[in-house]
Formats: sequence, C-alpha cells, structure tokens
Amino acid sequence: MSNDSCGAPAGGVTITKDKAGKEAIVEGHVVSGGAPVSTGYARLLGTGDEFVAEVPLGEDGGFRFFAAPGDWTLRVLAPGGVRLEQSVSADIGHITKVEFAV
Amino acid sequence: MSRSDVLVDADWVEARIGAPGVVIVEVDEDTSAYDKGHIPSAIKIDWKKDLQDPVRRDFVDKVGFETLLSERGISNDDTVVLYGGNNNWFAAYAYWYFKLYGHQNVLLLDGGRKKWELDSRELSTDVPSRAKTSYTAAEQDAALRAKRDEVIDAIGKRNLVDVRSPDEFAGRLLAPAHLPQEQAQRGGHIPTAKNVPWSKAANEDGTFKSEADLTSLYKEEAGIDFGKDTIAYCRIGERSAHTWFVLHEILGLPNVKNYDGSWTEYGSLVGVPIELGEGK
Repeated sequence: MSNDSCGAPAGGVTITKDKAGKEAIVEGHVVSGGAPVSTGYARLLGTGDEFVAEVPLGEDGGFRFFAAPGDWTLRVLAPGGVRLEQSVSADIGHITKVEFAV
Repeated sequence: MSRSDVLVDADWVEARIGAPGVVIVEVDEDTSAYDKGHIPSAIKIDWKKDLQDPVRRDFVDKVGFETLLSERGISNDDTVVLYGGNNNWFAAYAYWYFKLYGHQNVLLLDGGRKKWELDSRELSTDVPSRAKTSYTAAEQDAALRAKRDEVIDAIGKRNLVDVRSPDEFAGRLLAPAHLPQEQAQRGGHIPTAKNVPWSKAANEDGTFKSEADLTSLYKEEAGIDFGKDTIAYCRIGERSAHTWFVLHEILGLPNVKNYDGSWTEYGSLVGVPIELGEGK
C-alpha cells in the first residue's frame, strides 16, 4: 500500500499540489460569518442523489474530491441541521472551486 | 445475529462512558479526527499504523494483535464499542478485524462519529490512560476472510458483491472520488459481480438503514441470492467490511466473507478475467 492508501487527507484538504494534472478536482470551503466551519461533512452526489463520497471538513472548513468528469451535486452537513447544496461540473485537468456560506 | 446484537445508539454509549468492562474505540478513515476531539473516555486505533503489517501487505499477525490490545488496555472480556467517521466505514472494518481474531463482544455505534457530531454531543481531547492487559487472540477465522484464489473460483458460483462506486465498478475510476486515483493496474470488476455501493446501506446521518430496506436493496434491487454464499470486495477491503457487517451481522446471512485483497490485488493480477462497464 502507498502512503495515500485509503485514508482521506487529514482534515479533508492537505494536498498541496496546485495543478489538477489528470485529475478532475472539486474543492472548496464552508464558512459561517466569515469563520471556517470545521465540524461538518461534504458529500459528493451523482445523478439522482447517488452518494459517491464524503469527507469531514478540515480545520479551515475545506474539502476536496477527485471526481470523474461530469456533473455532480455537493452537499454540506453541519451541526444544527445545516444542509446546503450546490451543483458543480468537474473536468480532467481542472480544479472546480465551490464555496459554501452557512 | 441481528441489529440489536451488534448496534448501539448514542444514548446507550453516553450512559456507559467510563463504565468498567466497556471500551469505546474510535477508528477513523481520517486518522487525525480523534485528536481534534472524541467521545469522552474513547481510545484510538489507527487502521493503518496499528492494524496493517508495516512490511508485508497483510494484517498484523496474532501476536501483533495481542500486543496491540494488551497495550491499549483491552481485555478479552471487555465489550468493545467501535465508532468512526464516514458512516462507520473504518469502524466496521475494525469490527470485522476484531471478529477475525475472535473477540466476542464487539458493537458498533450506529451513525458513528458523524451522527455524534451532527447531534452536537460532547467531544473531548483528553486521552485516557488504561492499565495494560494480557490479551489472548484466537487464530484468524478463515470463515470471514476470502483470499484471491477462492475469489477466482467463486466467479459464477457464489454471490460476488462489488461495493465500490459505479464509476470504479465500470472502470472509469481506480479509487474513491475523495482520494487520488492510483493503485490497481487495471480498472473494472470481477465478472458476475453485482454492484451495490457500500454507502447505500447507510442513511445520510450515517446510521444503518432498516432491515426491510437493506433486504430490498441487496435481494430485490441487486438480485443477490440470499441462499448462496457471498464474497464482498471493494478496493482494499474496508468498504466491503461495512457490507460484510450489513449482510452477516445485521441481516444474518450465514456465509459471507470479506475479500480484503480486493481490487488493488485483483486488478493487478496477470491473466484473471475482468469486466468493464455498468452493472448487469
């Protein structure tokens, strides 16, 4: 097994590369009143609300997915019944940025 | 086995924080999650550092497991309550692992860390100190673990349940979407496997679906024959441990194995059959 193996990046976002290369990356942050929301989850959903992946938010409220190219729904869950959604498109070699405000 | 034998809710766990004979253990995909706050009195097991052999691709051996549990202060008679993030993904893996080495009293916190957090229950950063024990493990239970030759022989004979995402099953991705794409030499799935993504067994809050919904999901929707033996696999055996938990522990199917070599092994073998495309 490599170091990456199956473990999520600690806290959601720790990978420092700034280019997507062969990946279709979807990433972003969740903030509340300008402050990061560090307790919560980001979910990547496919067609028909199909669950694909989930990561805990990082200390900076960040999350990152390595998706297949195509259209996705991002859903954020946080304490207090917070449930937010945005539609996004992912492309190979491109980093799609998504920001959520609670 | 049934749901009430293997799952407990958060109120049950809260009432037993610090209780003698009960050890709460966090096992997370994100191995740093524990350090940011955990259920009070919980200890941590790192799925990679603690449970994987550092050199060979395999689990720690029986002596290694005994050493680990002894050092963490877990006794053979203790009730171990496991929980983690991501729908208990890695906690279910640890549950299977504990069963593999013969620990009898293991439970999962339904909903795991996510539901605990979303319910705004107490988290602590205090790391408990537990007195060392002298733990004795059993030999690995071969009825729970499938190896590659057994999997190849099962094609067309037993249920093969591929619990990865549809994109991984079809061969479009080699790893879950929140991880870098790497590992197996080839994409696709084992011929005759049914694709039931592991996460379909969980509600959005991380709790397991009802027995009726789970039966419908695997039996009616996916066409899995509950009268046959079953092998579940994913990429490295963690997600399929979650499905093993559902089929074997909640629904009570008698002969279910987890193929922990999974796609990283199978997809790199020379000469084995591979199918591409959507599920049939």
